[in-house]
Amino acid sequence: MKQSLFDIIENTPLTDSVMRMRLKGDTSEITRPGTFVNIKLDGLYLRRPISVCDVEGDVLTIIYKVVGHGTEQMRDMTGGKLDVLTGLGNGYDTSKCEGNALLLGGGVGVPPLYMLARRLIAEGKKVHVVLGFNTASEVFYENEFRALGADVTVTTADGSHGTRGFVTAAMADGEYDYFFTCGPEPMLKAVYKASATSGQFSFEERMGCGFGACMGCSCKTVTGYKRICKDGPVLEKEEILWEN
Amino acid sequence: MGKLSVNLCGIELDNPVIPASGTFGFGYEFAELYDINVLGTFSFKGTTKDRRFGNPTPRIAECSMGMINAVGLQNPGVDAVIAEELPRLAKCFDKKVMANVSGFSIEDYAYTCEKIDKCDQVGWIEVNVSCPNVHGGGMSFGTSPEAAAEVTRAVKSVTTKPIIIKLSPNVTDIVAIAKACEEAGADGISLINTLLGMRIDLKKKAPVIANKMGGFSGPAIFPVAVRMVYQVSHAVDIPVIGMGGVSSAEDVIEMMMAGATAVEVGAANLVDPYACRDIIADLPHAMEKYGIENLSDIIGAVK
Repeated sequence: MKQSLFDIIENTPLTDSVMRMRLKGDTSEITRPGTFVNIKLDGLYLRRPISVCDVEGDVLTIIYKVVGHGTEQMRDMTGGKLDVLTGLGNGYDTSKCEGNALLLGGGVGVPPLYMLARRLIAEGKKVHVVLGFNTASEVFYENEFRALGADVTVTTADGSHGTRGFVTAAMADGEYDYFFTCGPEPMLKAVYKASATSGQFSFEERMGCGFGACMGCSCKTVTGYKRICKDGPVLEKEEILWEN
Repeated sequence: MGKLSVNLCGIELDNPVIPASGTFGFGYEFAELYDINVLGTFSFKGTTKDRRFGNPTPRIAECSMGMINAVGLQNPGVDAVIAEELPRLAKCFDKKVMANVSGFSIEDYAYTCEKIDKCDQVGWIEVNVSCPNVHGGGMSFGTSPEAAAEVTRAVKSVTTKPIIIKLSPNVTDIVAIAKACEEAGADGISLINTLLGMRIDLKKKAPVIANKMGGFSGPAIFPVAVRMVYQVSHAVDIPVIGMGGVSSAEDVIEMMMAGATAVEVGAANLVDPYACRDIIADLPHAMEKYGIENLSDIIGAVK
């Protein structure tokens, strides 16, 4: 974990409510895909945890959905500096996947899969990405994943783009020996039920600190109590206990 | 004796800054970031007789200049704290640590404190009386002078280390409760614990946190804390630890002028993990600014 100041070098809309921000600074603590950063904003007491979409050199890319006071403030930023805690969370462990990876992302669960796909492809693995959205106007990063060399399937709930239905619809015929997923909890549960192999799930929870001190985001797992921020956000399929 | 040092119940602290229980774990997350031996001491995660998961999530809600938490005393239980957490802490912290203990019956408090009292690493035991008394209709021990005094007596009878009773601000007369604890043998008082608060999610028409209500902390509560520290410290003859929204070296000085011998820092650690290190580093500058030679000289300077 590291606290440092980043320069905002880009902040552009990808859809009506989803923005991409590029930040320049010390990214040395960001080593694995699936980790997150925690951003301090003026006038707001708690930091905003946001997943890492990608890191290249000293440039950090995050993709966020405008949902409240913090992300509204971020949307309006055109430059300046941000106080960012980097290197938070465990991230995805790509060594568990031997050959054919299936990546399933829903909505703002899509961004962390980008660095993951890039990493898996660099490791010589075959990557099939399934991106799930509600409707065509919400789709982002389809082409960016293709440019990495991944097979890409887009699903929309209303069928307005790609395959009609949910990400799980694309699981049945896909050939994979391991999967990675990130998205809203109902989607994660559906993936859990539909999955035929082992895999890793990235969870979301309201956090206090984001680095394991406050116990604000604890969950129960097969292997004991875990903090989503420090011991997660990625849990392996075999350790998940669904609360309801 | 340095210019920052204070004496807390017979033990010298290099400086009065103490990370508050529940915001600093058992120290080692922060030890990855800085040498935690710069602290006066710290109060470790509230420990109970048995292991507890705590409340369902969400446990956290943001507020203007603060936050609400309803963690619910998640901790591994006193036996695991002694067997696992304290040995791990010993590798990164050379000073005496403050144990923080909670309970749901008089017997719980006595049981846990008696065990913790035998640990050499522990300098003081801070007893959190804000928990509900399961045998007393669920009312918090800290809301009545009699119940708070009863906990104090029970704990004092089975321990040798200084006992500091941590009081809840959610009461009508905190001075009466502090005096009852002093008469029952408390060696010190710490205050304030969090203020009971609540936030509502307007879209869901439901409380933000699963437990509905929780403890409000952060800079927003600082003036309430200063007022209560002032009232209590002027009514008792035992040391008072002040806490509640402290976020800067100037806040530390203000708390001490109100009557605090030492000062705990809570929520600030969660938004800035270096908060306590930076406050300690800033103290000499702040002292110079206000013409303070020795920090201990200003304890209770405001009459």
